Amino acid sequence: MSKLYNEPSPLEVKVVSKRFGLENSASIETYLATEGYLALKKAIGMTQEQIIDEVKASSLRGRGGAGFPTGMKWGFVPRQLDKPKYIVVNADESEPGTCKDRLLIEFDPHSLIEGILIGALAVGAEKGWVYIRGEYRYLIDIMDKAIAEAYVRGFLGKNIAGSNFSFDLYTQTGAGAYECGEESALLESLEGKRGIPRIRPPFPAVSGAFQCPTILNNVETFCAVPPIIRDGGKAFADLGIPKAGGTRLVCIAGHVMKPGVYEVPLGFPMMKFINEVAGGLRPGRKLKAVIPGGSSCPILRGDECDLNMDYDSLAKAKSMLGSGGMVIMDDTTDMVKVALRIMRFYAHESCGWCIPCREGTTWLRKMLQRVTDGQGMTRDIDLIGDLAKNMLGRTFCPLGDAAALPTISIVEKFRDEFEAYVAKNPLAKNELVTVG
Amino acid sequence: MTFSPELEKRFADLLTHYPEGRQKAALIPMLMYGQDEVGSVSPELMAEVAKRLSIKVIEVEEVLGYYSMLHRKPMGKFHIQVCTNVACMLVGGTELYDHACKKLGLAHLETQKGGNFSLEEVECIGACSWAPAIQVNYDFHHHVTPEKLDTILAGCK
Repeated sequence: MSKLYNEPSPLEVKVVSKRFGLENSASIETYLATEGYLALKKAIGMTQEQIIDEVKASSLRGRGGAGFPTGMKWGFVPRQLDKPKYIVVNADESEPGTCKDRLLIEFDPHSLIEGILIGALAVGAEKGWVYIRGEYRYLIDIMDKAIAEAYVRGFLGKNIAGSNFSFDLYTQTGAGAYECGEESALLESLEGKRGIPRIRPPFPAVSGAFQCPTILNNVETFCAVPPIIRDGGKAFADLGIPKAGGTRLVCIAGHVMKPGVYEVPLGFPMMKFINEVAGGLRPGRKLKAVIPGGSSCPILRGDECDLNMDYDSLAKAKSMLGSGGMVIMDDTTDMVKVALRIMRFYAHESCGWCIPCREGTTWLRKMLQRVTDGQGMTRDIDLIGDLAKNMLGRTFCPLGDAAALPTISIVEKFRDEFEAYVAKNPLAKNELVTVG
Repeated sequence: MTFSPELEKRFADLLTHYPEGRQKAALIPMLMYGQDEVGSVSPELMAEVAKRLSIKVIEVEEVLGYYSMLHRKPMGKFHIQVCTNVACMLVGGTELYDHACKKLGLAHLETQKGGNFSLEEVECIGACSWAPAIQVNYDFHHHVTPEKLDTILAGCK
């Protein structure tokens, strides 16, 4: 299990991936031999406020996609409330382009357990679930084994590490649904129901799993917590830039020479990442477009990529850092086909709860298919953009926006390619006829 | 309906994972693990799971109709799942899927007579950096070319 999927790069700064590639890296022996569970022991001696303050000081932001400050999220849990508190880990990694949480669980499941335990101490939680997508069955086995090891060594169960802190942890399998990566749909799925989103407020911090206060974070977010507690929030923050601390795993796929998962500090220059970490484009090719952080992010043109990979820089470029799933496209890429494929995905994955998303994604898929088939009308190009804009902000969960945003950006930035497809249709310019 | 001792143990264990009175939460794992043993979410499996969780069969139906990995009919002994989502598409995923269709003589979600192979065009399976990727049942295969796919299929015995 210690075989890496890709060669590491010398430009990486390894914090959450530091055990990747070690012999038996997933075992508790390896973990204990490499500073494992030291942060937990330290956290047991800290107050809840101290733990939360340390996480705040790290300026760690959620690594699942939304980038919400983790310490603040933990601070929202009403700790005095007389209800059990829970921890839920989102390991339903399914944003196209993203394949990093898979490696964290495969190579370092105990860092996830330790991060969960520190989160549990911070809010007084007693139980937790790691919700793993159904396709990752082998990770459920790895996680179950790690959990069993932690029980045997006294890091889970009653009186953890000799303290009066007790916590139980379980894995929970998904069964194939992108929507369940959305936090409230995940909670529905955890409760044995269809994965449809809940209206918020209340947020999961107040009413989450089984209607109790819940911390719900991505795998990578929890994995960053042990080093934060062990070495201090400031040390982690200093690796990144102000307001976005630490390092993060970036998955890079598509038309590059060395696709893979690499850990770099927040604020790392994107072009340097593409060219030096990921080996650059194939010889003789030019950069055409980049999906910066999963297929729900607005796409960047090749000439817009001279920026740093952090939340604010990407927001300034009207896109998002997202889940860390970068997809690189060179000048051989057909952007209309990319738009169609992305929309086929969202139409398939829309849970059907909100009409703008359910109908919008289906109509967009049909229109994009029509254009790709050479039967598009000139007016379809604007209609695609307009329809997508009308979905924005009109759904319970972000899936509607996730489908609309890349579509809007592709139509705006690569309109000429849509026009070239439409030109294949001799009847493209027929105007609508008003009857009566 | 009876299951293997391992599955019975897993079911019994699952029921202890949730707060008192919320055992319905075991539904999706029970259907997934049950399907692995039974071959599909058969009407008998649905009725049995509903009985054990004290829920109505319609609540099982609701879930079954939603999740793409739960199947009413058995898939092949080797369920070939080819990803054609954007990261795979860019490096040959679509061509790989077309090749699989031809090679197996199957379309999306079809099963061969005799039940050896079934095929599914799947959405992102989380192997984007090692694309194009496929899953045979739960096993991942990365950097798959049409030639490599032929070898994988030949090894499915």
